[in-house]
Amino acid sequence: MPSTKHEPIKAVPLRHPVRWAVALFLALSTVAFIVDAAHRSAYDWSAFGKYLFDPRVTKAAGVTLALTGLSMLIAIVLGVALAIMRRSPNPIFRTVSWVFIWGFRGTPVYVQLVFWGLLSTIYHSFFIGIPDIHFHNFYLGFHQAISQNASLFWIAVLGLSLNEAAYMAEIVRAGLLSVDNGQEEAATSLGMSWWATMRYIVIPQAMRIIIPPTGNEIVSMLKTTSLVTAVPLVTDLYARTRDISAETYNPVPLLLVASAWYLFFTTLLMVVQYFVEKRFARGHTALLEANV
Amino acid sequence: MTPMVIAEEVHKSYGSNHVLRGISLEVARGEVMCLVGPSGSGKSTFLRCINHLEKINSGRISVDGTLIGYREHGEKLYELKPREAAAQRSGIGMVFQKFNLFPHLTALQNVTAGMIRVQGINQSDAEVEGKKLLARVGLAEKLEHYPAHLSGGQQQRVAIARSLAMKPKLMLFDEPTSALDPELVGEVLDVMKELASTGMTMIVVTHEMGFAREVADSMVFMDGGVVVEAGKPTEILSNPQHDRTKSFLSKVL
Repeated sequence: MPSTKHEPIKAVPLRHPVRWAVALFLALSTVAFIVDAAHRSAYDWSAFGKYLFDPRVTKAAGVTLALTGLSMLIAIVLGVALAIMRRSPNPIFRTVSWVFIWGFRGTPVYVQLVFWGLLSTIYHSFFIGIPDIHFHNFYLGFHQAISQNASLFWIAVLGLSLNEAAYMAEIVRAGLLSVDNGQEEAATSLGMSWWATMRYIVIPQAMRIIIPPTGNEIVSMLKTTSLVTAVPLVTDLYARTRDISAETYNPVPLLLVASAWYLFFTTLLMVVQYFVEKRFARGHTALLEANV
Repeated sequence: MTPMVIAEEVHKSYGSNHVLRGISLEVARGEVMCLVGPSGSGKSTFLRCINHLEKINSGRISVDGTLIGYREHGEKLYELKPREAAAQRSGIGMVFQKFNLFPHLTALQNVTAGMIRVQGINQSDAEVEGKKLLARVGLAEKLEHYPAHLSGGQQQRVAIARSLAMKPKLMLFDEPTSALDPELVGEVLDVMKELASTGMTMIVVTHEMGFAREVADSMVFMDGGVVVEAGKPTEILSNPQHDRTKSFLSKVL
């Protein structure tokens, strides 16, 4: 029957009864949970509503966002630098990068934050120059006292970003390794310097590999900021809601308030990440389409 | 006139693997030389040594009268600074077996990248020149295409245009048609023929004996890291002197 070959196939689709049953069960369970939660007194939804946009909470959410943004910004710049140093032809750069990553990735971020908080009690001043040589109190070098009141916010940013830089360095390194050697060779044979090759050829291609885990790191950082209480900085979202609940003896709604804000920020980040990933997939998506 | 390329007793090893065992040859200005030989004979390695992608262990290579990779002062050799080595490379075009186009850049951007980033030509001038070069290799219609949207033959022609953009005095081709589907080989060889007719000095590692016979001025047969036989392509192809050349040609012809 050669004539029937070109007609569209009309077949009965495969049925999935188990899939439907499981979906129904999950949907009903979810509804039951929500209905129950809506009436459960411990959640105290009126308190949730009252504190969600409390000025103290929104301000703390702003601090958490600022901590995350600044720390990640510094961590990404430093991480890229460390990753590039790791494969620099210069052995000094390679060693410095390795030692930095070894130290900051090898100790807990909580411990590092406590350490940075104690910095001013360990070192009283910061000095670059030749010690013990001075004319009339004028030191041959740069001298700066470390203030006991150094901003806890900036200490927290310092602690978070140095730790994160070590992780970012490894992510960037993986991205750089994913770029075919031939790319570097082609750029080199055009006469591009090592740095131009990195900047214009290797890094742009590595971005496609670097961005998804970086988005993950930003989300992770958003939540890691809740550890800044170790510094001790207590103006961030988690510390602030915890302080409020200590007054009200009503912790659950404030945990929900904090969670709602964290979720709101991570959702925003996911949307941003989607568009950034699309931007850096240029050429590569073309490849996938072409191979279909 | 001094030859474009002079190689004297070039040795190269990777660890205990002695790949080049004393290569000496000269390529005159405007000459097209085909390097042929079995895989592993060191042809590609030799080509990569000419633009210092690989460091040689002993011997000398000079291009256009200038020593490659080093500066000679009295009896001593001094390694070139990265910037000086890069400047040498920019005068030597290289075309790779796997094209190595930059996948995140369009065809035109691939061609202009070197002009903009190495020669410091401004973008609009580079684009004018880039469009001319892509037209020359028959790709005037593909300026905005990413490499993944081009056929292998088209990609290799973009790669040739990219090298030509640096106005090289010497072009090196490392098996430029080996990764291509058979029906796409011709379009790349045509571009190379056109290039040869303009007087470009070219060293071509290839298995295309037809191209060698038709276009090359000289042919060098390498095996085991040494030059076994060199001469006019017609002579070597029709009357090989060495047994190794004979057995190789009997397999590829």
